[in-house]
Amino acid sequence: MTASLVPSGDEVMLRDSARAFLAEASPVSALRANRDAGRPYDPGLWSEMVKMGWAGVLVPEEAGGADMGHRAAGILAEEMGEVLAASPFLSSAVIAATALRAAGSARLAEIAGGATYALALDETSKFAPERSGLQATRAGNGYRLTGRKCFVADGGSADRLLVLARTAGAPGEPQGLTLFDLDASRAGISRSPRATVDSRDHANIDLDGVEATGEDVLGEADNAMAVLAPALRAGQAGLSAELLGLTSGAFGMTAAYLRERRQFGRTIGSFQALQHRAAHLWCEIEVTASAVANAGRVLDETPEEADLAVSVAKARATQTAKLAVSEGVQMHGGIGMTDEFDMGFYMKRARVGAEWLGDYGYHAARVAAARGF
Amino acid sequence: MLQHSDDPDTFRANISSWIEAHCAPELRAIPRTDQQICWGGKRFEFSSAAQKAWMQAAAETGLSAPRWPIEYGGAGLSRQQEKVYREELARLNAPTPLESFGLWMLGPALLEFGTHEQKLHYLPQITRGEIRWCQGYSEPGAGSDLASVQTRAEDRGDHWVVNGSKIWTSYADQADWIFALVRTDREAPKHRGISFMLIDMTAEGVSTKPIRLISGASPFCETFFDNVVVPKEDPAGLSRIVGELNRGWDVAKHLLTHEREMIGGGAQGLLGTRSLGAFLQDLDDQVLADPVLRTRAMELEVDSLATAMTLDRYKDMAKQGGVGHASAMLKYAGTELNKRRYELLMSVTGSDGLDWDGAHGALPSEWLRTKANSIEGGTSEVMLDILSKRVLDLPSQ
Repeated sequence: MTASLVPSGDEVMLRDSARAFLAEASPVSALRANRDAGRPYDPGLWSEMVKMGWAGVLVPEEAGGADMGHRAAGILAEEMGEVLAASPFLSSAVIAATALRAAGSARLAEIAGGATYALALDETSKFAPERSGLQATRAGNGYRLTGRKCFVADGGSADRLLVLARTAGAPGEPQGLTLFDLDASRAGISRSPRATVDSRDHANIDLDGVEATGEDVLGEADNAMAVLAPALRAGQAGLSAELLGLTSGAFGMTAAYLRERRQFGRTIGSFQALQHRAAHLWCEIEVTASAVANAGRVLDETPEEADLAVSVAKARATQTAKLAVSEGVQMHGGIGMTDEFDMGFYMKRARVGAEWLGDYGYHAARVAAARGF
Repeated sequence: MLQHSDDPDTFRANISSWIEAHCAPELRAIPRTDQQICWGGKRFEFSSAAQKAWMQAAAETGLSAPRWPIEYGGAGLSRQQEKVYREELARLNAPTPLESFGLWMLGPALLEFGTHEQKLHYLPQITRGEIRWCQGYSEPGAGSDLASVQTRAEDRGDHWVVNGSKIWTSYADQADWIFALVRTDREAPKHRGISFMLIDMTAEGVSTKPIRLISGASPFCETFFDNVVVPKEDPAGLSRIVGELNRGWDVAKHLLTHEREMIGGGAQGLLGTRSLGAFLQDLDDQVLADPVLRTRAMELEVDSLATAMTLDRYKDMAKQGGVGHASAMLKYAGTELNKRRYELLMSVTGSDGLDWDGAHGALPSEWLRTKANSIEGGTSEVMLDILSKRVLDLPSQ
């Protein structure tokens, strides 16, 4: 039995304080400034988030974290999405923190302290962890990693990398994969930043005979999924929340514009053709909000059963964000197409979020599998 | 006798053994058809002795209206307990012991707007399945624009005289009483001259005529009132008006919210308690090998699950202070989803699903019936209007 999807008093307070902080510290104009300066995120903003305990939202208290759970992490991600705040939050505080926690790693405290991580997983243009083929071959007492990872979120700037590599078996098999926790500056690692449409940090990472030891293995060798699967669920739920926030931000701008823009001598929001589209979009957002809240709740209560809830959330959040930004541009008319106006930033981030950690098809197929077809 | 334990596990165990003790195995077979729904009322013919016994057992325990107060014939369960009860019914494949517009609509209206005496009189008749109610809202000239109802009740001192006609009155031909919106003040603005009136269907001058639908069924009727005399007070001194005179629109709006949530919740029909996945697995393998059908099924499943979560979330919100006009979202999303579900079921069953009564039961009737979901209780377009104006605050000029 899942707790109510209606937010608790504490959750409302968390949301309000996050919203107030971000409105001041990271309005959408901050993303624009980052982009214009060629800076993927603002380290100053991240330090503020660390000070507020956001980096340790999923880190146990004994490791210096706040241990507030996935629903709380989702609320923070949602608020960041609302204003498109760029930060290593999902990669470090959500994905890496969950992986390190599942593995019982001593480095968890570093995450609470603001150390940044990136998950190096994809090798092709579509998310498919078990198809990973990057080789980690046995060499003496350790391993030697060679191969290329692509579309590594926060990979250009992260202090450390979680690299998924194959130590046994063949691509396509979930067994035989090992997750390595490596310093990003280790010899043999080279990072190529990519200029992705959302102006955030994404990189391709080449590993050329990178040496690793058993100490670098997170969890057990050949059994990465034991620590990776919970981390992916957490990341997918967090990203769904970010997409929901983004959706709500784009919709808020659109609804406000419908109330003020005048054409043909009347407010365009008085046209039923636009009213019904706006109302339909609002309904879609409400349904997606339930799925996102539910994913956080299930992760907090019965994480091992969360696959279905997480995939419903990611699938819904992806589609709803796409609808919200498309309608956002269309209803704004010409100004929606200009760089000067913010809607484009929402559209671009929605597209990147749609691909990261599994697209609609990936998650819809997981829902179908969980539901018996 | 059922023990109302506070401990959830004990409650679940109690309710489960109570269901097994009173709901005969023959009632717990699937698939179940519409004909097996127990509606109650004076004209109702039970499909079996077991059905009657099940309804009566529920009535005695108050479980035909789980959440209504015990003094009005309900079981006084908490929301959580009701949920457990419904879960156990589903798990044991037990039908709901009694369904009726009295339980879904008039009861909630009386609980909100009725006097204590009205509640004491009318509610137990509903929970015991003695009186079957129907709803007289729409008229030929008042569909989406419901507040322009013209059926009028003229004040003749100690009684009203009602004239006019209603349409889309569900099961009016089988109902004992009707709760109707009637105009009691023709001078007032249209929302301010309507009263919510209780009328005996056996009164002189009331007649009904079933309307045959595209689904082949006739769940709806036209209902005519020709100089029908409605006493202002029963012999027991009970008013036949619920809420204040001329303020029936308030009651109607409240009820429409209930109705919308109910329709939005969506009957499962053919699927019963089976998941879509289980249904699909029973079909020819070729069906899901079609990538287009498979994609549609996946999309539907994603949206169904998220919509079910939304229903739960809104129920909790309602409990904590109400959802207001946002309930129009549940009605809109739920009914559009149900239509999609049946379009998919028709597609995946192929030619096997085309018989009125065939390999998939009465699937075509159910499919056609869903087309009314987004019309009855306020069309999808009316729901979008409500949301635009009342929730999104979009301007009218």
